[in-house]
Amino acid sequence: MTVDPHLDGLPGAVVHDEIVPARAPWLHAVAAGQTLRIVDLEGNQAVDFLIYAAADDAERYSAQDTVAAQANLFLRTGTRLLSNEGRPMMTITASAIPYHDTIGGACSCESNTLRYGHHTKSQHACVENFLEANLGQGRAKRDIVSNINFFMNVPVEPDGALGIVDGLSAPGLTVDLRADMDVIVVVSNCPQINNPCNAFNPTPVRMIICA
Amino acid sequence: MAEQPASLANPLAARDHARAQGGTVVEAMPVLPPTAGDLPASVSTEDLLWEETIAAGGYGARRLPRGARLRLIDLHGDAAATIQIFNAAMPSERLNVADTVKIQWNAYLGAGKLLLSDMGRVLMSITEDSAATHDCFCGASTPASNAARYGAGSNSGDFPSARDRLLLGAAKHGLGRRDVHPSITLFKGARVGPDGSITPDIGPFAPGRQIVLRAEMDVIIVIANCPHVLDPRPDYSVTPLRATAWRGPITPEGDDIRNATPEGLRAFLNVEDHYRC
Repeated sequence: MTVDPHLDGLPGAVVHDEIVPARAPWLHAVAAGQTLRIVDLEGNQAVDFLIYAAADDAERYSAQDTVAAQANLFLRTGTRLLSNEGRPMMTITASAIPYHDTIGGACSCESNTLRYGHHTKSQHACVENFLEANLGQGRAKRDIVSNINFFMNVPVEPDGALGIVDGLSAPGLTVDLRADMDVIVVVSNCPQINNPCNAFNPTPVRMIICA
Repeated sequence: MAEQPASLANPLAARDHARAQGGTVVEAMPVLPPTAGDLPASVSTEDLLWEETIAAGGYGARRLPRGARLRLIDLHGDAAATIQIFNAAMPSERLNVADTVKIQWNAYLGAGKLLLSDMGRVLMSITEDSAATHDCFCGASTPASNAARYGAGSNSGDFPSARDRLLLGAAKHGLGRRDVHPSITLFKGARVGPDGSITPDIGPFAPGRQIVLRAEMDVIIVIANCPHVLDPRPDYSVTPLRATAWRGPITPEGDDIRNATPEGLRAFLNVEDHYRC
């Protein structure tokens, strides 16, 4: 029997295991106490990530509350991901790279016109994925807020200069998140091809939920 | 607190008592019709849209037309203006803080910077800024964060949170919990270290620092004036904020801010396209 290295160290039995194709949305419930592992299968793939409280989806991940609570922009092992009402939603329990981004937001057709030019308007984008996934559960545009970008690198220079730069990830690297409440996770497997966030080549990721 | 009369046993006595309070002047209040003795020389009183001093711990909310200027003055050096901005005609379009910093390739706001929506358009631009300490990262205090620092954090108590103030201001324009989005705090800064650490720059500062925002679209702006979420002081410390708005011309094609960067120019082109009809 072949050992699956992507399952190494998971705290419980696998209850869901799915490959999210390149460029695709993904939505799944994660119950309190369960762990979600994201596997960057081919390396340097940004995973845009939102969280909603299952019991009341007007409560959702807040990048700003998370950043303020730890007085640090970067999401690392141990970071508690807080809601807009200040409650822990998930905790990063393990990460194979030093930090993840939560200030860079999600690419959209509209923001692409600003960053790269109007010739990119028709390209697929993360906000399209967030909308598609959320619309199926009755959420809409105003439910999309600042997100997490797992495996994405956005340094801030002393003069404030910031930008999406080459990623820190590599094939097979993982990040683990333990749910602190019952949540709905919404993901866009980022389709961006105009900056280094996906090494200019969007690739699949694997989502594993364990008890 | 108004003086308590001995007895108000009938409606007319109650009416007279209530009416006698009219004309009271306090620092934190709106001025109707608006007057201001310190408008720029090019602005006439007829163009004034709004004159209000927002209480310490209070909030303001206002619809402003495209072209309007909004001047915020930190009267006593310890105001903290946490803001939300919506497209007034379609409030599902709102300030996007991530796009604001990412598209301008910079973490810090100041004169010439744009406040961008989630639809690739510029909601407001910063035409003047004598403060230069603003924060795009830490967001609004919450009842929970205020309770942790001050022992209480509700609207009904002495230490209301910026988030609860934004919720009330947004609600008065028909908006709700799903609409209160990531915010920007003006007048209080947050500096980012190389390791991602955030150092708040809270002051208090010299009195009278000001910022002027130009509405590039018809907007609803909601302003909470509550202590910064990372204000380290044990006491709830905040002072009144003055808001003055006046009508102004829509940004012309030759405007320096409009043309300063290729990304910004495309944001203005998207605004101009939005209003093309």
